[in-house]
Amino acid sequence: MVTSNDAGLSVPDWPTSFGYLVKVPHFVGGIRYEWSHRMVAGSLLTLTLAIAIWTLLVERRRWLRWLAIGAFCTVILQATLGGMTVLFLQPPWLSTAHATVAQTFFCIAVAIALFTGRKWVEEQPPVEFDSRRPSLFTLTLFSIFVLYVQLILGGMFRHHGMSWWPHVLNAVFVTIVLTWTAIRALSVYSRIEAVRWPAILMLSLLITQLCLGFAAFVTRVEWGKDALQPELPMVVATVTHVAVGALLLATTVVLAIQVWRHVPVAFAERTSRALEQENVTAS
Amino acid sequence: MNTKRGWMIAISVLAACALLLIVACNKKEEQPANTAAEQAAPAATPIDQATVATIDGTVKFDGTAPKAAKIDMSQDPACKGMNESENIVVDNGDLANVFVYVKDGLGNRTFDVPKDAVELDQQGCKYHPHVLGAMAGQTIEIKNDDQTTHNIHPTPKDNREWNESQPPSTAPLEKSFAREEIMLPVKCNQHPWMKMYINVVKSPFYAVTDKSGKYEIKGLPPGTYTIAFVQEKLGEQDQQVTVGPKETKVVDQSFKETGM
Repeated sequence: MVTSNDAGLSVPDWPTSFGYLVKVPHFVGGIRYEWSHRMVAGSLLTLTLAIAIWTLLVERRRWLRWLAIGAFCTVILQATLGGMTVLFLQPPWLSTAHATVAQTFFCIAVAIALFTGRKWVEEQPPVEFDSRRPSLFTLTLFSIFVLYVQLILGGMFRHHGMSWWPHVLNAVFVTIVLTWTAIRALSVYSRIEAVRWPAILMLSLLITQLCLGFAAFVTRVEWGKDALQPELPMVVATVTHVAVGALLLATTVVLAIQVWRHVPVAFAERTSRALEQENVTAS
Repeated sequence: MNTKRGWMIAISVLAACALLLIVACNKKEEQPANTAAEQAAPAATPIDQATVATIDGTVKFDGTAPKAAKIDMSQDPACKGMNESENIVVDNGDLANVFVYVKDGLGNRTFDVPKDAVELDQQGCKYHPHVLGAMAGQTIEIKNDDQTTHNIHPTPKDNREWNESQPPSTAPLEKSFAREEIMLPVKCNQHPWMKMYINVVKSPFYAVTDKSGKYEIKGLPPGTYTIAFVQEKLGEQDQQVTVGPKETKVVDQSFKETGM
């Protein structure tokens, strides 16, 4: 909402807002978006700190405790980048870093929710070894990579640091890689529910995202080039495009995690050990 | 547990250092960038006032003038009155808000920076004037006559960028730009329709066309000059002009509809 309404610098100071930390300013124009953004960010930082402390106190899994600390550090980094965008007057690379770290934090938060969910904790995961090359896990990692590239290109375009065409061109690669990944997941491992649903959701979000990208392009690049101020269609199109982009990235991360858990890569050593384990269990 | 606490302390210290660094960098940005340039300004080249010439004329718009788009200012109740786009202002074919200046022909002459400030007013959530001219180093006095806060945010290419808030009923801001820059955009991020342009030049030989498209540049030493006419949407057009001692020359210009 802040960038789409060109309100990023409507509050010129940071970490204070017009000299105060929490005092509500004259709530008009671009200030509404920027000040609300800062207050939501502050709340998010507090909540993430609470989650990190809670996890440190009650969680037995060491790696999950580190992930919670990582989430808190990511929020701190994100707040610092947000402040720097204000103080350094929004250089495109800095604003893009702010956008990228935001989605990284979202993915970490979704992963924590997944790892602490009842299903993850209690279920005995069904496993199918993946002997195809490239493996489904490799495909999911490649999907995350092309989505990150897309996020950076989109951020640079959105913050006037680059033309629109690299973002549009990379959308073709994103479509190919994500479709390949989803088709592989659904055609070979659809019996595994934890893989099937993220794959279906990823494909659905991809289609939605392509439509929203087209709408954002038409409203902002074509119709909006002579706009005197941000207009409702261009704001709605770009905000939903960014939000669905974040959902798509998080869904792909969830798919990668579930594939890592349920469809491990079948190295020769690992397969023989798994067979041994199966024999022991059977006997 | 001790290792964990150590990590937490290290991270907190790093975050605090980052914050301090940012605040320190911000303070550095606030220092005036042109103090050295002002101090090192060479003495002005004298002009023989008995021989100076004048260039005036009218700038026209050739074609059907676009209808000015209405601006919706409802997001701030303090922004009262009617507002419409000013990117092409045409009245009976006369084109307003064209910046006219001597682009070339003055050689190595230097000029005193006027002591008087030029004024930029924010009234009705609109900039007055929409196009402003100033000499490099000249003070620009920025006033806020609205009952709402504005932020003034120039986005120059060759000068230092800054962004400052100006609440209602506060003292005018006094700013200047050190380097020549034509059509330097200024905007308000709180009211995204508010846009204007400042033109920073090295000589006092500039003008902005009024509502009737007229301009006048006085006090020019005799010589041959390139006069540039710059419009924010229609671009730049140049003319070569030679003026003799005490001569007044009419130099008209027209911008065509094509290319919009």
